[in-house]
Amino acid sequence: MEADILNEFRAIVGTPGLITEPEQLSTYDCDGLTMFRVLPLAVLLPTSTEQVQAIVRVCHREKIPFVARGSGTGLSGGALPVAKGIVISLTRMNRILEVDLPNQRVVVEPGVINLNVTARVAPDGYFYAPDPSSQLVCSIGGNVAENSGGAHCLKYGFTTTHVLGMEVVLPDGSLVHLGGRTVDRPGYDLPGVFVGSEGTLGIATKVILRIVKKPEVIQVLLAAFNSTNEAGAAVSGIIAAGMLPAAIEMMDNLAIQAAEAAVQANYPNCGGLLLVELDGPAPEVETLMEEVADVCTKCGAWEIHVAQSDAERARVWTGRKAAFAAVGRLAPAYIVQDGVIPRTALPHVMSEIVRLSSEVGLRVANVFHAGDGNLHPLVLYDNSVPGQDKLAEKLAGDILRLCIKAGGSITGEHGVGEEKKMFMAEMYAEPDLDTMQLLRCAFDPENLSNPDKVFPRPRLCGEKPGVYEPHPLEVAGVVQRF
Amino acid sequence: MPGASGLMTQVSWPELAEIVGKEHLRAATAADAIDGVEAQMVAEPGTAEDLARALRWAHAAGVKVSPRGGGTKLGWGNPPAACDLVLSTARLNRVLEYAWADMTVIVEAGCRVADLQKTLAEHGQRLALDPLWPERATIGGILSTNDSGTLRARYGSLRDLIIGITVALPDGTLAKSGGKVVKNVAGYDLAKLFTGALGTLGVIVQAIFRLHPLPRESRSLSFSGTPESLNQLLLAIQASKLTFTGLQLRAEPGSAHLDVRFDGTAAGIQAQVKQVQQIAGSMAASDAPANAWTSHQAIWDGATPALLTKFSVLPAQFAAVSALVERSAGAQSLAWKIVVQSVGAGYARLEGNEQGLRSALPTLRDELAKMGGTLVALACPAAVKRGLDAWGPASDAQPLMVRVKQRFDPDGTLNPGRFLGGI
Repeated sequence: MEADILNEFRAIVGTPGLITEPEQLSTYDCDGLTMFRVLPLAVLLPTSTEQVQAIVRVCHREKIPFVARGSGTGLSGGALPVAKGIVISLTRMNRILEVDLPNQRVVVEPGVINLNVTARVAPDGYFYAPDPSSQLVCSIGGNVAENSGGAHCLKYGFTTTHVLGMEVVLPDGSLVHLGGRTVDRPGYDLPGVFVGSEGTLGIATKVILRIVKKPEVIQVLLAAFNSTNEAGAAVSGIIAAGMLPAAIEMMDNLAIQAAEAAVQANYPNCGGLLLVELDGPAPEVETLMEEVADVCTKCGAWEIHVAQSDAERARVWTGRKAAFAAVGRLAPAYIVQDGVIPRTALPHVMSEIVRLSSEVGLRVANVFHAGDGNLHPLVLYDNSVPGQDKLAEKLAGDILRLCIKAGGSITGEHGVGEEKKMFMAEMYAEPDLDTMQLLRCAFDPENLSNPDKVFPRPRLCGEKPGVYEPHPLEVAGVVQRF
Repeated sequence: MPGASGLMTQVSWPELAEIVGKEHLRAATAADAIDGVEAQMVAEPGTAEDLARALRWAHAAGVKVSPRGGGTKLGWGNPPAACDLVLSTARLNRVLEYAWADMTVIVEAGCRVADLQKTLAEHGQRLALDPLWPERATIGGILSTNDSGTLRARYGSLRDLIIGITVALPDGTLAKSGGKVVKNVAGYDLAKLFTGALGTLGVIVQAIFRLHPLPRESRSLSFSGTPESLNQLLLAIQASKLTFTGLQLRAEPGSAHLDVRFDGTAAGIQAQVKQVQQIAGSMAASDAPANAWTSHQAIWDGATPALLTKFSVLPAQFAAVSALVERSAGAQSLAWKIVVQSVGAGYARLEGNEQGLRSALPTLRDELAKMGGTLVALACPAAVKRGLDAWGPASDAQPLMVRVKQRFDPDGTLNPGRFLGGI
């Protein structure tokens, strides 16, 4: 990068806010998906909206692509740097700016850690509902980019449900406010499209969050089944009975073994483990918990246990949330997948995963957000065996195709990012993707903000989208256009 | 107001008749007018593909189009700068796929809300939304106007319930976003972009929703008091651990009520009723009147001329809004009424004389803006509407919204001039 531009960047963020040494840059060469790595030209660590704006203005003027980054826990390569571009790390913008309890609003900077929002409001009995498993470290800005979910979004909704507005630096450096503290503000629902846009529409520099009151009672039930199919039948039974649990999670035997080895969650050793959390008024939770236990028993559960204390409940969840990392104990390397299927397709998709995995001879551990059909198959492999990484990648891809075929999605919460952009063309038709591009072009006509992610191939935004075809009547001079 | 059309010469309507079928294209009547702006023709295509073709034809011919569902909220927004063709979704009224075990439904835009709910009730489920006039309103209509009701307190609004959408764009493209799974972050969420866009970006032809179980039992209580005391109670209920599915404040001259609804198991409801009474202290509870939860619809009825507005504020501001509406109405000798949901969206009705309505609106809007809120004029006599902007001032995101509009509808074919800031 030219020295005068670097100097300009240095003038904006100061020497401590600019990283250009290759060994320091390598910290930023990937996110949570480590198989893709690109060294950026520079990393900038702004501390204010004004600095972000000044950086983006330089990028816009010089046509330098930029990638915004939070804590770097993303699992689809969304924060992967672009060659010849810069990374804008928002970690130093980590202040909670305002807490308004009566109106249940919290205003934060993008670098605030997810769990810190809950920590701040917990003494008053509130929590911030989206709870990705990485919530100890992931940032709100990253959550906004990815529309992060978590185990409890079955009942409480995703990040998009809990974000009412944001201040955004657009890719041309201008500052806009989307949405606000109040609901239904006039105009297009731009907060709705910005959340989940994976950093391709601009950089959020302030986010207005909604917080939720903690329920009176929370109970979690563990049920052990011989197979994931039996556990899956219980999930359908619970939903069919008209219940909406706070969370329904499922783990197969391999995932259970991993979690046990890692955090000793005291899970029963079984073929399919179901974890059902109910919350609400005490008498209601009590009644419904009995019904859940009944459904589980009818579906073949041979051990049912309700966590008796907060500590036990916490341990149960630690096991589940640590499952990805724990799988590292079973194999030297693994790929985390994030497909979604209609819940009823679970038995079919599971048996297909088993078939595919035995065909290629690689093990697959399964962790599901079963209530909403979100599968996280973990494809285990040994990267010291030549070619096995490619096999694993192919298997992971085939599992995604299964999800698409079942009427589902290639990602429920991890995002498309770099990893799955080629699958977008399998999930959507060309006109669908072209239409999404219309939106990107309105925000970022020069393709500077996290370019080449999400969509299968780069597109140019001409000033006039599409070619106007004159109507025959117009050519004949019968009608006129105004 | 005939002649608002941008067309200088005759359009070849027979071409459109070819596309939608001769019997589905008719001359517009006064009943098809939008805020006094009369269209020339009404087309009712029978398939999404035909609708897209009709739209493409209109776009190419320079024909301005207003999409229409049940026509219950057709006057929302500013009067169109031009409207030549009303494109009706009336024949796109099927429930295409109801996967009750997955709790999702794929439905065409012209399906009436009540018809959809009837189908869903067969499996004890519902679209957890109680919008205005469900017997006549269509799915496309409630989406385009972002309508909602009292269930919002628990289940959110349409943006939280829609999981997939198919739209027709002015160039004839049929595009999908989302899908039929509840959890899905693949690609941009165009369903949210089209929800509340008032048909200015494209025509919604199909939507996919997540569903919820019908409640097992339900009980509602009402409290009476001053707007101030009821606002305090509302905040206290919100700050409690109660899991209400409806919470609203109603006020009119001399009376104010708070309604709260609990759904769930009998034991759960009983416990919560006890708790809410404890929270309310000396304020006595009674069973809510049967029509409490249709107040947001009843407020549309009454003497004319009237101005019906939608406001958005924070929950702690409801009493202040009530006082503000009372003050503004009083200054113009108007009758008034408000009903507001706990999430902060409500309707205010002013009725009396046209001059009074015209004068009251700017005051109300300015005062609400000072509180950080917004006010949209939804319905009023056409003569009043022509002199005001339905949406109020635009934000610093307006240039961006204009760019979005230009990308989706570069020639301004759809509902020109009806949306925020002249979009």
